[in-house]
Amino acid sequence: MPAKTKYELPLGAATREAFGKALVDLGRTNPDVVALDADLSKSTYTAGFAKEFPSRFIECGIAESNMIAIGAGLASAGKIPFAASFSVFALNKGFEQLRVTAAYPNVNLKVVGTHSGISIGEDGPSQMSVEDLSLACSLPGFTVLSPADETSMIELVKLSAAHVGPVFIRAGRPKAARIYQAGRQFKIGQAIELLEGSDVTLIATGLLVAESIRAAEALEAEGISARVIDFHTIKPLDREAIARAARETGAIVVAEEHLADGGLGVRIAQVVAETHPAPMEFVGIQNTYAESATPEQLLDKYGLLARDVAAAARRVVKRKR
Amino acid sequence: MQKTSDVAQLAAITKRMRRTAIEMITEAGSGHPGGSLSAAEIVTTLFFDVLRHDPENPQWPDRDRFILSKGHCCPILYAVMAECGYCPKDQLMTLRKLGSIYQGHPDVRFLPALEASTGSLGLGLSLGLGMSLAAKMNGGKARSYVVLGDGEIQEGQIWEAAMAAAFLRVDNLVAIVDYNQIQLDGFVKDIMSLEPLAEKWRGFGWHVIEAYGHDIAALQSAFGEASSEKGRPTCIIAHTIKGKGVSFMENNPKFHGSAPTREECAKALQELA
Ligand SMILES: Cc1ncc(C[n+]2csc(CCOP(=O)(O)OP(=O)(O)O)c2C)c(N)n1
Ligand SMILES: [Mg+2]
Repeated sequence: MPAKTKYELPLGAATREAFGKALVDLGRTNPDVVALDADLSKSTYTAGFAKEFPSRFIECGIAESNMIAIGAGLASAGKIPFAASFSVFALNKGFEQLRVTAAYPNVNLKVVGTHSGISIGEDGPSQMSVEDLSLACSLPGFTVLSPADETSMIELVKLSAAHVGPVFIRAGRPKAARIYQAGRQFKIGQAIELLEGSDVTLIATGLLVAESIRAAEALEAEGISARVIDFHTIKPLDREAIARAARETGAIVVAEEHLADGGLGVRIAQVVAETHPAPMEFVGIQNTYAESATPEQLLDKYGLLARDVAAAARRVVKRKR
Repeated sequence: MQKTSDVAQLAAITKRMRRTAIEMITEAGSGHPGGSLSAAEIVTTLFFDVLRHDPENPQWPDRDRFILSKGHCCPILYAVMAECGYCPKDQLMTLRKLGSIYQGHPDVRFLPALEASTGSLGLGLSLGLGMSLAAKMNGGKARSYVVLGDGEIQEGQIWEAAMAAAFLRVDNLVAIVDYNQIQLDGFVKDIMSLEPLAEKWRGFGWHVIEAYGHDIAALQSAFGEASSEKGRPTCIIAHTIKGKGVSFMENNPKFHGSAPTREECAKALQELA
């Protein structure tokens, strides 16, 4: 077996900040790229684009549903709009608009939801998006992306601009561990195997990718060989990678900063059931809304750390026949 | 709790509430001081003078309802509710900390005396409308008071609720717009102007009163006028100053959503001595 890559996982920029950077770059190369925000441009990092391209930036005020449908209108008229807000507002306030003005007519709208998950911390549940992946994935024709770090966010923002069709991109508030070297290539719909392993596969997205790498290192010390796969694309799913993982490792853990109901886990389970049934465990938020506290305390309390991924891996390995 | 209509007493309470809110946000290290300070007179006057409520009996069915639709400004609400006796004063400084009943945005799971969990802007007026309709169905006296942010009323749902409340002739509903001219990214006039605001509410069929939101007597008379208005809801446009009472926070967009440092807090408390 080839030697395992060692991941240092130093903290890099927050994925929301990487989005802002990538958006400015896109603005410089493509005059059709426009941006919209709903009174959160300093938090979503569209402020950089607004400053450099004021005539291509639309400040919608606190009116997310209006923003989404304006974006769909811009897209229908040939622009490549990126509409940004906190994920919870873009998806929940804008869902009807996403469905009827973007998904149904299949327009080229890009929606970026920042401050996803519970790692926003002190602001609490009203600002926390824990159902955005299930909502976005329920929209036919949507591509749903959830990059884990700065580099993957930058590359996937570029790819979404080139992709024709509606896209949802999930971004986080806190600084994210650096997983990829700058310039690394990505493909929408193609998951990335970060660590090889044969006893169990840890499938993760967003912040949980770094936690899963840490979990795999802990498991290795106990003699459990864990494969780690980054699912930066939640839809369309990389069915090949899932089927292979189920077949070759025979056990799967899915870890996400999202409600366990309806997120990446259940989507992976569907593919596992269809291709190569295998025992699975799920690391996610269990049927509740979180609360105010520091991000670290919340990830601990709601069971989203390496420790929790490793525990799930031990359970699922025991269930293997 | 001791209710009072005395303006000097209400002003003294308001000042203490401002101090408490600033200390809470400083202790938490995050939060929204600007809009807490701009709403201080409004919230204090309502709880200590206007509202028909009883902290000893928070579930009294015929109580008036208060909804802080701009939920991010909950420090001022928590300070006032604790002063009224709804919840412990000695835990106020746990704001936003793990396990605190004083959550970052109002959360009825942690503080059942709240009428609503808010924090996602734009929802409160519809909630208040529902509560006012229920009071009418019950033949009760309860009225609902909803505090809205000026940025918040850019949400379309506010205007759906406004249209419905007037059409349904719901005169036991009062909207108070904290017109402090600033939202998150900057000044309201630069982001999405609301003007002509009074005409908008009038056009939707509301009785409109404009008042200086830091003048307690003016607020008292506005609430009195609203109570005697029959057949339509009332909107009080409260002209306020974001960060009111602390010189370096006043009219300063920076203090929409950032906590003061300890030094800034000390300076603020001096100014509010
Ligand atoms: C639906 C929704 N969109 C965005 C936000 C993020 N947000 C929190 S406060 C705020 C600005 C509110 O401004 P305003 O209503 O004027 O409040 P105030 O000035 O009284 O603080 C924004 C955009 C939110 N809480 N809810
Ligand atoms: Mg305001």
